[in-house]
Amino acid sequence: MKRFLLLTWLLLAAIPARADLNIVIDEGVSGALPIAVVPFKTSGQLPVDVTALVAADLKRSGLFDPLPQDRMLAKPSRPEDVQLQNWRAADVDNLVVGEITQVEGGSYNIRFHLIDVYRGKQVIGYDVPATQNGLRSGAHRVADFVFQALTGQRGVFNTRIAYITANGQPGQRTFELIVADADGHDPRAVVRSGEPLMSPAWSPDRRKMAYVAFDDGESAIFIHELRSGVARELVRKPGINGAPAWSPDGSKIAAALSFGGDPEIYVMNVDGTGERRITNSSAIDTEPTWSPDGQKIAFTSDRGGQPQIYEVDLASGDTRRLTFEGRSNARAQYSPDGKNLILVNLDEQGYRIGVQELDTRQMRILSRGPLDESPSFAPNGRVIMYARQGGQLATATTDGRVRQTLSQQGTVREPAWSPYLN
Amino acid sequence: MKGITMLKPIGLMALTAVVLAGCASGDETALDQPATTETQPESSFTTGSGSSYGEAEARRLEEQRAAEAEAAAERSANALRNERTVYFEFDSAELTSRAREVIRSHADYLVANPGTRIRLEGHTDERGTREYNIALGERRAKSVERAMMLRGVAQNQINVISYGEESPVNLEHTEEAWAKNRRVVINYR
Repeated sequence: MKRFLLLTWLLLAAIPARADLNIVIDEGVSGALPIAVVPFKTSGQLPVDVTALVAADLKRSGLFDPLPQDRMLAKPSRPEDVQLQNWRAADVDNLVVGEITQVEGGSYNIRFHLIDVYRGKQVIGYDVPATQNGLRSGAHRVADFVFQALTGQRGVFNTRIAYITANGQPGQRTFELIVADADGHDPRAVVRSGEPLMSPAWSPDRRKMAYVAFDDGESAIFIHELRSGVARELVRKPGINGAPAWSPDGSKIAAALSFGGDPEIYVMNVDGTGERRITNSSAIDTEPTWSPDGQKIAFTSDRGGQPQIYEVDLASGDTRRLTFEGRSNARAQYSPDGKNLILVNLDEQGYRIGVQELDTRQMRILSRGPLDESPSFAPNGRVIMYARQGGQLATATTDGRVRQTLSQQGTVREPAWSPYLN
Repeated sequence: MKGITMLKPIGLMALTAVVLAGCASGDETALDQPATTETQPESSFTTGSGSSYGEAEARRLEEQRAAEAEAAAERSANALRNERTVYFEFDSAELTSRAREVIRSHADYLVANPGTRIRLEGHTDERGTREYNIALGERRAKSVERAMMLRGVAQNQINVISYGEESPVNLEHTEEAWAKNRRVVINYR
């Protein structure tokens, strides 16, 4: 956030989130909160409909229900022009008004106010600068501010996602590793290949991407600098080179390698040195994921027969089984606070995304199946993205209330949600 | 009965016996047999009428029969070796009896041709997580590799790669498609 020059411009900007709203969300008891995002006043035509983006972001979160524009009795752009009774009559709790002005050099300033309709007070107000090509990002930032002010949680509208696409018939398929905005906008191919690409993983600083590529009968893990487009081979050994996972500090990669005979979890430095074996079983050990404190790695193993999630303490090597629900569990990821795991659970209803609380071992199923996979946490831990049968992506809130589908032409899979851009 | 009347023009005694046997059995599968009977008249003759030929002749027939059996085995080995794919049950790397036959024929060829190299490509269906399936595909390819090595193929003739569920031959989401996708492909290089 330091990166962007932000000007808080009313004292009320510092007011923390309202407690009553937090309760509604934490308990997940009621529907979305009514909010009105009034069309921002602009001078001339803008390349991006900022207001629509803000409203769409808030709606997509599942926590807000933006009022359609045709039901707005008035369209004020400044707090002093707001007639509170109009909005109370429309049962709107909160109101966003604003104005976008062009500044020199073709940049913009998005000035917005979030108003509590019932208290008649401004909750926050900011000037958000945006470059000519950064209007979308500016709109997402406005939505992030509103989301955080009203929920107390950080928004993820300005984050990105990576995923794999596969197109074409068997024998002549094209695979792409794509990076796009979190709302699916502006997808760009980072890598394209005639052989499978797999397992994209963001570095914690979100500048690099690790992934698996195949060529001529071999697999390898690559590390790709997103800005320069330079890819470096991290490891290419006989057998499997798979499932790369960054340590939280970005200095190490855990991966599944099978050069020793069967797949085991290894940890190595990002330059490929200092390789160290973490697991040792004759079963399949794969799909490592780091705990947020970097002390533990959870992984999938079928050492007990069916695939289940195990956790190894990196310092002591102590290993314990974490999952017991259903027939099998695989491909876990820790939540950003380290308290939960999301994973792929198999039972008679098929493969579905589950979230398991680590302390209580309680599992909740978040998706409907029958072939869901590759769950990935948003950096705020509130929403997950996963892949569904038929090659679509979907999101679900971890409270299970909201699910959405993101589809694209062709097969889309293996979503990976980026960290915040700090 | 049509098939049987077709044999008559050959007009030998022993054949009459066969015809009678065919009639007596009344078995409709007799309709399928004329071709075999025609190609092996001598063998029917010897079994039908005892030792009316000398021992040298019997030996000659024995050798001929062995050669034929060998040719048939060769043909069936070739047919097996033309099969380049073996299939697996769900979440399993166990070799089926058919898979063992196919693998044996390839293994014998590789032992006889030690300069020949193959790549074993393991695949799974779309069920299960992707990296787990990479591991499962490798487990399948390695069980084929192990069976080949037990039959004498050298390790340096075999390369193993797993594509997991990433390279299906059938993109549908049906049991039938899944069965086709759970496979190891034997690729000669």
